[in-house]
Amino acid sequence: MKKQDIVREEVTIRFAGDSGDGMQLTGSLFTNTTALEGNDLRTLPEFPAEIRAPAGTVPGVSSFQLHFGSKEILTPGDVCDVLVAMNSAALKANLAMLKSGGTIIANTAGFDRKNLNLAKYGDDENPLEDGTLDGYQVHKLDITKLTKESLSDMGLGYKEEERSKNMFVLGLLYWMYNRPMDSTISFLNSKFSKKPEIAEANIKVLKAGYHFGETAEIFTTRYTIKEAALKPGEYRNITGNDATVLGLVASANKSQLPLFFGSYPITPASDVLHGLSKYKNFGIITFQAEDEIAAVTSAIGASFGGALGVTSSSGPGIALKGEALGLAVMLELPLVVLNVQRAGPSTGMPTKTEQADLMQAVYGRNGESPMAVLAPRSPADCFNMAYEASRIALEHMIPVMILSDGYLANGSEPWNFPLSSDLADISVDFEKPRADDAEAFMPYRRNENLVRSWAIPGTKGIEHRVGGLEKEDLTGNVSYDPENHQKMVLLRRQKRDNIADFIPEQELDQGNEKGKALVLGWGSTYGSIRTAVGEMLKEGYEVAHAHLNYIQPFPKNLGAMMMNYDQVIVPEINDGQLVRLIRSEFNIPARGIHKIKGRPFGVNELIESIKEIMNGKEEVYA
Amino acid sequence: MEALKTPTKINTFLSDTATTDRELDYSSKDFSSDQDVRWCPGCGDYTILKQVQNVMPDIGVPRENIVFISGIGCAARFPYYMETFGVHSIHGRAPAMATGLKVTRPDLSVWVISGDGDSLSIGGNHFAHMLRRNVNLNFLLFNNQIYGLTKGQYSPTTPEGTTTKSSPFGSIDHPFNPLTFSLGADGSFVARAMDRDPKHLQQMLKRAHEHQGTSMLEIYQNCIVFNDGAFELFTDKKSRPRETIYLEQDKPMIFGKDNDKGIRLDGLKPEVVELGDNWSEDDLWIHDEKDSTKAFLLSKFFEHATGENGIKFPRPFGVLYAVDRPRYDEEVIRQVNHAAMSNGSPDLDSLLRGKETWTVE
Repeated sequence: MKKQDIVREEVTIRFAGDSGDGMQLTGSLFTNTTALEGNDLRTLPEFPAEIRAPAGTVPGVSSFQLHFGSKEILTPGDVCDVLVAMNSAALKANLAMLKSGGTIIANTAGFDRKNLNLAKYGDDENPLEDGTLDGYQVHKLDITKLTKESLSDMGLGYKEEERSKNMFVLGLLYWMYNRPMDSTISFLNSKFSKKPEIAEANIKVLKAGYHFGETAEIFTTRYTIKEAALKPGEYRNITGNDATVLGLVASANKSQLPLFFGSYPITPASDVLHGLSKYKNFGIITFQAEDEIAAVTSAIGASFGGALGVTSSSGPGIALKGEALGLAVMLELPLVVLNVQRAGPSTGMPTKTEQADLMQAVYGRNGESPMAVLAPRSPADCFNMAYEASRIALEHMIPVMILSDGYLANGSEPWNFPLSSDLADISVDFEKPRADDAEAFMPYRRNENLVRSWAIPGTKGIEHRVGGLEKEDLTGNVSYDPENHQKMVLLRRQKRDNIADFIPEQELDQGNEKGKALVLGWGSTYGSIRTAVGEMLKEGYEVAHAHLNYIQPFPKNLGAMMMNYDQVIVPEINDGQLVRLIRSEFNIPARGIHKIKGRPFGVNELIESIKEIMNGKEEVYA
Repeated sequence: MEALKTPTKINTFLSDTATTDRELDYSSKDFSSDQDVRWCPGCGDYTILKQVQNVMPDIGVPRENIVFISGIGCAARFPYYMETFGVHSIHGRAPAMATGLKVTRPDLSVWVISGDGDSLSIGGNHFAHMLRRNVNLNFLLFNNQIYGLTKGQYSPTTPEGTTTKSSPFGSIDHPFNPLTFSLGADGSFVARAMDRDPKHLQQMLKRAHEHQGTSMLEIYQNCIVFNDGAFELFTDKKSRPRETIYLEQDKPMIFGKDNDKGIRLDGLKPEVVELGDNWSEDDLWIHDEKDSTKAFLLSKFFEHATGENGIKFPRPFGVLYAVDRPRYDEEVIRQVNHAAMSNGSPDLDSLLRGKETWTVE
């Protein structure tokens, strides 16, 4: 039978299975191969908070969505074209994500009575048989059996055989989407270098899947997705957490400082600790502290000694660090604080994404306690923001919080990585030693930007004491003087606000400089907003998009920019945080679009919501 | 003290300042800052401050290489009064802050000043972890068995039954024994001194400085306002000989007004004996700082206030336990330096490039 080859501009595939089925690995390998083929792409891994929720149940489903194409890809896709369902729970949990007419590849071994019951299908229900899936193209394959058959001559145990079934799926999809297998084969060889028979088994199953696509009569169509017209240059694929790690290593390297990273494990920030602990040869010290408070205070101690102190966590951990962050504000030492946000409050939904820590970042400390706040807009942009946060912290002697989130942390995209020589300089000077007869050292004397000097122990003649009690201007001595307190509060705020002179002005991402509506976003919603506004522009709407990387302080021209539009619309994955800041700081009636479901915006729901606001609605919950 | 082998701005900067070879000629006054000391008149903190200032010229460390870090409490004001580097940090967190400083700057002599509430209540977690890691710093625990700065509530070392502002019917909290706690957390140096024996306190401060690892020195400190006389039995001239015993390495355990009492061990059971007809010095327990089991017994001369023969066990002062074991800060630097040697010099460009790339023309 002649198989046809269709060229497509973009495809979204969702791999779903039990959390023990290796769907994250399958998705990552497909992603790497796809990246190497030159497509643009975005990914969205989703997994349960439990390490192994009961096998076969809906809470135990793990999925990985990949959106790739030959055009600009900025979101992991609202809906998918292909759903791989390794069992009935995976189908149940993910069917709503599949577009009508989409393709289902179902592992029939996961649809036996036991699995159907675990997935809470009734005794006479089987979606593969009862017409539930009419309107989709369904491929029913006993992947488990096919895997075992392809390994029958190897003499492996039941578990080893069973475990490699994800490679069959991967091979099949490689065939369907015309992907080469080399990169995955070399990955498997190196991953299982100490267990060559396991490597061989996985490669065998991978190839079996590929050849099954070719020979089985059921698959009649292959798809080709051409290279994306990305900006010329050298690319790699990267997740947000990995990009953060590299941004921190790069800032330590460029500033020639040791980097001290104090952290306590928490989802979804832990991968930054894992990543940095590998790079000790760059002078990186990682400290797995006893708790969040030790993590941040140890980093402050390191900064006092002249290192770049960095701490990381997710929302609840940042709450614990609050008192120490106030100390860092008071000591006026450099400190980088990474908050990989997740859905809250309290422990919330650890593996789901949200942008709800903005108020915590800006205001979440006792007293008047100004910090700088930055937010990356995409996985690769985490590199830039980690670097910027370090630069600002070091050059302005202030704690800087980076608001990443679960979606950025685990999602990935192609990255046109920089050369070290492309990176901005980070200028660091320590206070010089003084002779015995020199005038007394003033630890809180400031330069023209209101920044005090970094006076590290070991420097003769500048011995001094700092602490969390209010500082007397210049001397840094403890002071309860009312006039001094007001002065110092204003100085610390002004020092933070002065950073606006050292960050880029806000640029418009898309649209005209004047118009009906400016859609103003921040952080990880960039891809959805850019795609949505792009489509609205094509439809003829007078909309524009600006996206904030710098939130405290705001870019200097932001107020003027917003005045050029009849409306400012702020979509956020929260109940309205930036929109409140914009209203209060600029006194304009900005309107909010909110989604609080632990998931990113879909492009279509965003377009609908923007239109509703433009038609006069006060606010929209998407 | 090994620095980071990876060249850093700090290493270069400090080698330029070249202060370490200088002849040091300090007096205790050189360690006194220009700040007025503001403890209550008669507070035990004054004498501790004075002894620390007296000892500093003898430890052979340039003043700029010394850092005092404290948490919160009366004792925590200490760094302001020392003409060294210092940080008055936040509730209970000084051990964590000192850990971050010490692992990045092993060249510094780091002293942590804490109180019983600061180290054993709000900072109990950090205190325990500092001890088990064995960070090379000196931890001075000022114990006055009361909350002073917050004005008189019971602390984690206040004896049961004590009436305070927050325990009008008597405290029902079982107190921590700081030395047992420290030994339990595998502290490598555990010692006790008191504010009213300045000479002995000085010796203990020097021992703490010399010890490589976390040196935990508990100092009994009289709070004249909220808990006056808590340690009077051990400090009063009359009762002191009967109530205290000074530990000396390889020396028999002798105490009493006329050195007429001793402690012997019956297996692992200590007992107080009268020297004379039945018992001589040769029968007594010989103190050995390296014996953790016996250090634990000594730390328990605290709860067992009365021996079986009706004689009270004296409270031990001195070094209960001191052993060498790997220091956390040294291990951190060793790992970093090992990685620097075995992975070659760091190449940022190759790190940014990663393993798999593709080129868009």
